[in-house]
Amino acid sequence: MNATIALAGNPNSGKTTLFNMLTGAHQHVGNYPGVTVEKKAGIYADKDCRFNIVDLPGTYSLTAYSLEEIVARDFLITEKPAVVVNIVDASNLERNLFLTLQFRELGVPVCIALNMMDVARTRGIRIDEKRLSQLTGIPVVPTIARSGAGKKELMDTTLGIVDGTGGNSPLVISYGEDIDMALSEMEPIIREAGFLTDTYPARWTALKYLEADDPIQSAGRIADSALSGRLERMVQRVSDHLSATLDTYPEAVIADQRYGYIKSLMNQGIVAYGQDRYRLHISDRIDKVVTHRFAGPLIMLAVIYGLYQFTFSFSATPINWLESIFGWLTTVVEARMPDGLIKSLIVSGIIDGVGGVMGFVPLIMFMFLGISLLEDSGYMARMAFMLDRVFRVFGLHGNSVMAFIVSGGIAGGCAVPGVMATRTLKSPRERLATLLTVPFMNCGAKLPVFALLVGAFFAANEAVIMLLITMAAWCGALLTAKLLRQTVIRGESTPFVMELPPYRLPTFRGLFIHTWERTWQYIKKAGTVILGIAVILWAMMTFPGLPDATRLNFENAKMSAKATTSTPVVAEVESAKEAQVLSRPAENLKAQLLAIDRKEAEAALRHSAAGRLGIILEPISRLAGFDWRTNIALVGGFAAKEVVVSTLGTAYSLGAVDPENTGSLSKTLASAPGWSPLVAVSLIIFTIFYAPCFVTVVCIVRESGSWRWGAFSIAFNTVLAFVLSMLAYQIGSAMGILGG
Amino acid sequence: MSTIAMRQMKKQQYGTITAVRAKGELGRRIRDMGLVRGTEIKIQGRAPLNDPVALRLMDFTLTLRNSEADYIEVEVID
Repeated sequence: MNATIALAGNPNSGKTTLFNMLTGAHQHVGNYPGVTVEKKAGIYADKDCRFNIVDLPGTYSLTAYSLEEIVARDFLITEKPAVVVNIVDASNLERNLFLTLQFRELGVPVCIALNMMDVARTRGIRIDEKRLSQLTGIPVVPTIARSGAGKKELMDTTLGIVDGTGGNSPLVISYGEDIDMALSEMEPIIREAGFLTDTYPARWTALKYLEADDPIQSAGRIADSALSGRLERMVQRVSDHLSATLDTYPEAVIADQRYGYIKSLMNQGIVAYGQDRYRLHISDRIDKVVTHRFAGPLIMLAVIYGLYQFTFSFSATPINWLESIFGWLTTVVEARMPDGLIKSLIVSGIIDGVGGVMGFVPLIMFMFLGISLLEDSGYMARMAFMLDRVFRVFGLHGNSVMAFIVSGGIAGGCAVPGVMATRTLKSPRERLATLLTVPFMNCGAKLPVFALLVGAFFAANEAVIMLLITMAAWCGALLTAKLLRQTVIRGESTPFVMELPPYRLPTFRGLFIHTWERTWQYIKKAGTVILGIAVILWAMMTFPGLPDATRLNFENAKMSAKATTSTPVVAEVESAKEAQVLSRPAENLKAQLLAIDRKEAEAALRHSAAGRLGIILEPISRLAGFDWRTNIALVGGFAAKEVVVSTLGTAYSLGAVDPENTGSLSKTLASAPGWSPLVAVSLIIFTIFYAPCFVTVVCIVRESGSWRWGAFSIAFNTVLAFVLSMLAYQIGSAMGILGG
Repeated sequence: MSTIAMRQMKKQQYGTITAVRAKGELGRRIRDMGLVRGTEIKIQGRAPLNDPVALRLMDFTLTLRNSEADYIEVEVID
């Protein structure tokens, strides 16, 4: 027996745990068409059946306000799963039944998995599941998803429903006299006209019109605008009447009546409380400390710092392994292949590109592991609770803090996992604002750039300047978020109404599956795009190559350097191995040759597409104090911010400077014409704010679901950065400070 | 007995909801979570900056902002 089964239920009801338990490792994660809501599907198979199980997003209701609700409802209506397995938290029965009731109103075949029976028992809640089944007309199977208890029974019951005649008729309940009357008027009209009846039951459509349900009304207007208008007028009449007589409106009455119906069920002996319902549970006692006025924020700081350390220190070792593997690959290729374009493409384009993609994998893994731990345990909701007052001011969400910290709110993070961390935000506008502002944080790759500039111009005040840089990033990010929320992402703040779920010990399996899925998605989806862009950037810095005549000049210069030296010395240099100690004349020659090579690299860079771009932009960038060399370096920084350092090195004929050892470049810049502390300040500001590296951009595109936001972040951030650094440079020059 | 806005309730105070005045998305969110006429609630506590508020209803804990609690009228025992 093959069938599609949907898992549906409230958030925190143990739905994902049950899904993991049923499907094991056979899961497939994708997105619902056109939206960023995750679609998880997996296979459950035993000797009698083979079910394709779809884990719907967790929702409290089927009203269609959030993306999750729309997606869940559309799936039920259009895909018509054979059975909806409704996971109900037994320790929180009354509110969970609100969703169950709506499944019955819609008329989909439902089976209740009465989960967390163990929690209910320890809380002194006794549930008569037979009575529950009798009164709701739905099969009920007690389960404990964490231990796997009830799994077989649940699937057998589900199979029973699949095999049975199927198709529960929709449950008809009373919503009070006024609504009931309107419904009985509207229903026949809808039925006779065949209005949307292919998709929805007639009474349900009428109910949704009364509830002012946007997606249904829009569909209705398209299907038959005259009839839709007629129904809307009928709704308006009821609405006016309710407003005049009872000072309320249909939507409110319907919700009141649904909960009233559930209360009456509860009162018919479904549930018995062994102890006071308001008694403090263990979770409440933990909260007394964890959300305490003084202790709460301190504990939160410690947790935030802990997550940061966890992500970045544990990932350091695997990142080093990866670096050595790719370093080794580079050496092998360099030794085995003749010099030329192909070698350059393989080393600088492909190996560096793949290395770049893989280099983020340990970071992403540890970040998701840490965040899943916080989410599954319930602490994440407490953070949002405590920080909401602060972040709301900037149009963000309390949980935005995680994304900011991971991105470099504590200097040295990374915006790639930071952008991905915004997945924990369920409010769409707040999420987008967070997504677009986290790249301002000072990630680990910007630090070498700052170190270079601070080392060259502000060596005496290093600590103070670094602190100022961190503060500038935070202020810039929060104020920009505020700006965005009042312009391009305008709109009311999403209601905060949020459940504080009981603290729970996360399951290892859940953490592992969660982390692995996300990491794999990054490798698969983002990886290919990133590799492609890496190759394009390589080409920009390489083509067009120097004309033959120019290259010949450099060859000749090398020849003449060799010609003026005695033959044994030339032979010594040419046969020398790396790190071998040479005689003084040989060292001399080697230095001369290296200088010529570096001059050639500078000329080649200047001649390349990126170099030309830098030169074209010079008249504009002068306004902020940047010459063409800085411009090329900043173009290179789009690949990864630390490339700014190595490219500057090449542009100043120092060869590609190692970002971790910038001493020589620091000295060069300190005395180079066109540089001053003011230019350094301007460049620091630009580096904080300008376009995120393309790996981050790719992640922004993936997380926001649209290329437009990726393009926006490149353009907007660069313009913002330029305006800010130009202001700093011009004001500084006018005032004559910092050597400007 | 008197009716006050939920924002005015003190910590550990019990009450019964008499009306929810919020409309649109906020109204729906509030009602979906069981904050409807007749529901009994207890104020569990407030965030360190006094906002949002955490309350207990049915068998779970819910948080909402003070500005959102303003829409909810509660009957309390003086």
